[in-house]
This record gives sequence, structure tokens and C-alpha cells, in this order.
Amino acid sequence: MSGATVAQPADSAPIYHKAGSLRRERRRALIGAYIALAVFVVFFLTPPFHMLMTSLKSSAEIADLSGNPWIVSRPTLENYWALLSQGSYLTHFVNSVMVTVCVVAITMVISTFAAFALARMRFWGSTALATGVFLTYLVPETLLFIPLFQTIGGLGMYNNLWAMVLLYPTLTVPFCTWIMIGYFSSIPKELDEAALIDGANHFQMLWKIFIPVALPGILAATIFAFTVSWAQFLYPLAFLVSSDQMVLTVGIISDLIRGDTFQWGMIMAGALMAALPPLLVYAFLMDYYIAGLTAGATKG
Amino acid sequence: MSSLPPGIPAAIAPPRAGTLQRLARRRSTLAFLMTLPLIALIGSLVIYPFFYALYLSMLNKRMTKFVGIDNFTFLLGRETFQMVIWQSVIFAVGAVVAKAIIGFVLAHVLHALPDKGQRKWRGMLLVPWVIPPAISTLAWWWLFDPSYSAFNWALAGIGAGPVPWLGEANWARFAVILVNVWYGAPFFMIMYLAALKSVPDQLYEASAIDGATGLQKLRYVTLPMMRNIISITVLFSLIVTFANFDIVRILTNGGPQDSTHVFGTYAFQVGIQSGDIPLGAAVSLFMFPMLAVFAIFILRGVSRRSKEMAG
Repeated sequence: MSGATVAQPADSAPIYHKAGSLRRERRRALIGAYIALAVFVVFFLTPPFHMLMTSLKSSAEIADLSGNPWIVSRPTLENYWALLSQGSYLTHFVNSVMVTVCVVAITMVISTFAAFALARMRFWGSTALATGVFLTYLVPETLLFIPLFQTIGGLGMYNNLWAMVLLYPTLTVPFCTWIMIGYFSSIPKELDEAALIDGANHFQMLWKIFIPVALPGILAATIFAFTVSWAQFLYPLAFLVSSDQMVLTVGIISDLIRGDTFQWGMIMAGALMAALPPLLVYAFLMDYYIAGLTAGATKG
Repeated sequence: MSSLPPGIPAAIAPPRAGTLQRLARRRSTLAFLMTLPLIALIGSLVIYPFFYALYLSMLNKRMTKFVGIDNFTFLLGRETFQMVIWQSVIFAVGAVVAKAIIGFVLAHVLHALPDKGQRKWRGMLLVPWVIPPAISTLAWWWLFDPSYSAFNWALAGIGAGPVPWLGEANWARFAVILVNVWYGAPFFMIMYLAALKSVPDQLYEASAIDGATGLQKLRYVTLPMMRNIISITVLFSLIVTFANFDIVRILTNGGPQDSTHVFGTYAFQVGIQSGDIPLGAAVSLFMFPMLAVFAIFILRGVSRRSKEMAG
């Protein structure tokens, strides 16, 4: 836009010759931009593409070293069929869904109440607690999995799927609370006052005003909780050992790799199907999520 | 109570001192109850395990005797662990620098596009970050396979010899960084893109009138405006990358000869697989000082940012 206004006088006055090349320069910059984008899109999409190609190949075609690994010559769905009809892939899928649904529900309840209290009801230590919540978000799971291994063992929950439901909220709740504090604080105080005058109590205020108004933030938090629980790898790897308790991230590796035999076709098919739910969620709700994530960085 | 509209009868308006105080007290009790689940969660599954880790790390292998800081000194004297420290630093710094640069370039490139095309390109560029890393790393593992590597097949096509992607120490170090960059660069891209969009256009127009070149605009307008977000994103990514587990664990499992172990994977191998819980806890705890320093800087950046926005 600014380029266009500068370039205008160039047509009339030859003295602005340099400015005349601005439009061409912009054009060239745009072509450069598309080339850079294309290069990175290829880099970014190569692994998923190769994943798809491999998943469509038969074991014989994968093992055939003379063929082209990048394209499939006789596409078949046998890997997908094998995964869905035998073995415990479906169990892992159901386990993943179950854990994720529970964790998302628990996370949203805990963090909505906490964020409401921290954003609106000042009380002793509330600012310190808000800071603490943010710091907890920065604690990586690799720091605490060994003491948790002991604790989970002590509770008798080793190799129990429900231990995941207990542990994942530590990874999701802090960030969800944090972004919802941001959204709740941005709601004008006049709304609360209006609700109070109308005789609403705090719960009604939260339910009828804060949640509907901050819905984009709540959606962003939900997507975050979903992403984290679906992708979590360390806790299930450390705490689950039997196949019937496993979730997708560890189940694919443990079931399809037996000693030295890698069933690559099935591994890739399983991985692709496991990646599908997040891909779908993002395809439809990407804008909400990005708005929620970046609001924290650009607004406060 | 002067804010009450005049139409409200005096009987409904709450009486002043005593009741108001009680109300405030009730309000704060309610607030405390609302935050109680959060406090319980953080207390029992984050703070308690942290102190428990400190305690565990000071026991002997069979957890029968208190040995003080012996585990820590033992680790520091071990050559493997010194390598783990170096590899963690190289891995985190190398990957974060590459991610930051790629993210910055991509954000600029996307920002220059017309709005209509931007969404489509952004969607495609976000794919690596959307797939769970434990899943996408499987695809990379397969691409790096010693005998079926599709990369080596392509390299053979242009006459280059096969690369031992995961078989040779330096190539393996490169491979884990490459996969981490692939996974993390889109995150930098969207953070920087949001930051770029928040820079007011007038600043660029003003600098254009003053005759600034593109490079000068970048140096004197874009970078100062984005400085805080750049530092927050870099520090945050340093923490996450430093504490990475999934990628290294699946791709190399620390090999060849422990050359790609980072703190997380080494702690897992020592603590869970070899069953030396105290030593594993000690390995993890070595991360803490560095994480704490990064976290303090992030907190400073975040609070400075909120003050700027408020002021």
C-alpha cells in the first residue's frame, strides 16, 4: 500500500526514476516470497507425504529395494484394514479418546473456576498464585517423571490408564488457566456490575456472562488441552506397560515393532490415523487457537 | 454505594460497614474455594514431586541410605554425563537458533502476501506443529532408515553416497536437531506473524517518508517493536527444547554410543530402564537451574509487556 503511493509520481516525473523500480522490486520480492514458501512447504510436508505413500504400500512393495520409495505403484488399503480388524490398535485409539476427553473436561472445569477467581476476585495471594500458575506451565514433564513414577507406583496405579487422567492435567491446567485469566480480565467490569445489580450471584455471573463472552478463549484453551493430552508420550511410555492400557503414541511403537521386524506400512498407517484427529481439529478451529495462543504474547 | 442508580430503594441497598466486610470475606472464601482444585493439583503433582525428587536424588541406588550429593558428583565425573550436558546445550541452542531464523523469515514472507493467500499457506506451514511429535518422528525415523532411507535413495539419484543418518554420531546429532527444527519452526512463525501484525502501519509509512530502506525498516522499526516477543518465544522454546524427550527417544534413543542423549532421555534410561531411580532423579534435576533462569527472564518479559500495554 505504501509502495503504491510512493510509486505513483514516478510515471509523471523522470526524476523519481528510482521510485519507478519500486513496483518491480515489490513484484520481485513477492516472487521471492513464493519461492521461499514453496521450499519450506516441501520441507514441512515431506514426512507426512512419505508417511501416506508408505501406508498405501504392501509389505512386498516396501521391501523391494529397486522401487521408488517416494511413490506407490500399487496402492492398497491392507495396512489400514489390518490395523482396524486385528491387533490392539482400536483399543489404543479408544484409550486415547477416553483419556483425552476426561482430561479436557477436568482441565476446563478446574481452570475456568480458577481463572474466574484469579481474574475478578482479588484475595490474599491471588497475584502470587497467578504468577505461580504461569511458572508451573514452564515446568517440563521430563523434570518430574521420576518422582511421579514412584508416587504412581505407591498409589498402586502403575500400568493403569487412569493414572494418565490424573497426571495430564498438570500439563494442561496451568496454561489454560493463564490464557483464560487474560480473556476474563479483558471483559469490562461494567458487565459484572450490571449482573450484580440484576441480582446474579458469582456462579450465575460466570455461567451467563463470562463463559459466553470469553468463548473464543475457552475454545483455545480446550484445543490446547486436547493437543497436549493427545500428544503426550513420556508419561504413557514410563507408566504403562501392557498393551490393553496403552494409548496411541506408545501403542503404535510397542505393538508393531517386534524385535528387529518393523512393519513399516502398518506403522505409517497407524501414525497417520493417530495424526488425523488433531489435523481435523486444527483444520476447522485453527484461527481460534492461534488467536488464543498469540493473545498471550501480543497483549500481555 | 454512590454508583447505585438513584431509583433503588434504600432497603435493598446493602447497609455499609459490618455486612459489607462480611460480604468481602465471603467473596474471598468463595474465590479461594474456586482456586482450590488448581492449588491442590499444583501442590500435589508439581510442588510435592519436585521436593520428592530432591529427596530421591540423595539416596543410594537401592534407596536404603542417604548419600547427600554423591549422585550429583558421581554424574559430573562421568564422561557420558558430560557428553549429555554438551549435547543438550548444542541441541537446544542449535535447534532454537534455526527455528527462530526460519520462523522469522517465514513470518515476514507470509506477512508480505495478500490476505487471501495467507491463510492457505499458513495452514500448510503449520502441519508439522499440529501432528504430535511422537507420531511425526516415526515418519522421520522411517525416512532415515539405514537400508530403506528415502533420502538416501534421492541422494543416490543425484550421485551422492548414502548418509548414515542415525548411525554416525555427528549425523545423528544433526538429524535430531533437524527433526526438532521441522517440528518447532511453525510455532515461531505464528508467534512472529502475530507480532508483525501488531506493528502499526504508520511506523513503516513514517520511516518510508524518511527514506528508510527495507533493511533499515527491519533494523529500526520491526526488530525494536518485536524485541520482547522474540525474546519470550526464544526463551520459552529454549526450555521446551532443552527438556525435549519424544524426538530423541524415538529417533536415536540416545545412540550411537550415547552421543545424542539429552537430559530427558538420559534420565529415562538411567532411572526407568536401568532402575536407578535416585540417579535418574539427579539427572533430571540438573535441568532445574537452567530452566529456572530462563523462566525468570520470561516472567520479566511478560510482565514488562503487560505494563507497556497498560501504560
